Amino acid sequence: MISVTMTVNGKPVSGAVEGRTLLVDFLRETAGLTGTHVGCDTSQCGACTIHVNGRAVKSCTMLAAEADGAEIATIEGMANPDGSLGVIQAAFKEHHGLQCGFCTPGMVMSAASLLAENRNPSEAEIREYLEGNICRCTGYHNIVKAIQAAAAQLG
Amino acid sequence: MHNFDIEKPSSVSEAVAALAAEGAQALAGGQTLIPTMKQRLAAPEKLVLLSGIEELKGISASGGKLTIGAATTHAEVAADGSYPALSALAADIGDPAVRNRGTIGGSLANNDPSADYPAAVLASNAVVNTNKRAIAADDFFVGMFETALDEGEIITSVEFPLPEAASYQKIDQPASRFALVGVFVAKGANGWRVAVTGASNEGVFRWSAAEEALNGGGSLEGMAPDADGMIDDIHGSAAYRAHLVGVLTRRAVAAA
Repeated sequence: MISVTMTVNGKPVSGAVEGRTLLVDFLRETAGLTGTHVGCDTSQCGACTIHVNGRAVKSCTMLAAEADGAEIATIEGMANPDGSLGVIQAAFKEHHGLQCGFCTPGMVMSAASLLAENRNPSEAEIREYLEGNICRCTGYHNIVKAIQAAAAQLG
Repeated sequence: MHNFDIEKPSSVSEAVAALAAEGAQALAGGQTLIPTMKQRLAAPEKLVLLSGIEELKGISASGGKLTIGAATTHAEVAADGSYPALSALAADIGDPAVRNRGTIGGSLANNDPSADYPAAVLASNAVVNTNKRAIAADDFFVGMFETALDEGEIITSVEFPLPEAASYQKIDQPASRFALVGVFVAKGANGWRVAVTGASNEGVFRWSAAEEALNGGGSLEGMAPDADGMIDDIHGSAAYRAHLVGVLTRRAVAAA
């Protein structure tokens, strides 16, 4: 077993993992943060998207051992400190940016990563950035609207 | 995925020593190898992580040459911009999350027949540096998923001579977003080079007839390579791929 320590949403998390333990499994099973979803497990769908050292990463395609010492942000870290919805989450709710909700954690994390890089993305830029996030309900239109609304609000 | 041991070297020499072990394999960004291992198409006994080796990272330009560390991610190359056609290529690999992990060295060592970077390296007449030698692009790509790298040899950096003009044009396979066909053209000190990915069963190749036409002042109008040996699958026939090579080469030259 390999011992790893990482900072997840600002708190240290340690555990012993196998070489093959995926980062998403570490987050869900050791850290108990089940907001990050495993959709396809083949790096296509993006439901497992999180931030590693500030950059969007598919946590089903990274080993927990590779994240030793990293700063991790997950969907649980997107809420405000008082537990209310953060700006992007609230925009998804307001604009019906989720139907079944399975892809939503990854969509929100990708949206946050996009808005960190580009504060005022065009609709085309939003759609292009979400290339690696698949919504099985095909609800892309309102996801894009939600991200546009969040961008306007974050200004 | 079968279990495996992990080593985390902090230098190239430590990585080379770790890779000497039986069943050891290097892991760069893992965007191909981890999915491959999940399908049990690869089952190394030990993975040697290259991501913690600082000397493999970074981009520097000097003397008309751009040197990119092997562990530099696609996102970093995309953001660099000192070789615009190369940055544009990197910006269109996979999706943003994949580009934050995948590396140029990993892509080249894997030599997927539909990967983008091999076309840039071959057309640019780049040099692939390893822990023990410098390999010219023309000697590096041997065949589908095959390179000139020896067992345990690690790519350390890639040196691109900056061309006078260059462009990469591709048509994506719509499901995987790998190149159905991609063509990189670059005009360097010795004229035009044309490299094609996604099309051939042998992996990336130079389309010499097009190079001769370009360097001789001729026209590419109506030209296409022989469809023999082209990939023929549900995404496109060999004849369709050969046709696309001609179309994309003309587009690339026009855009360069």
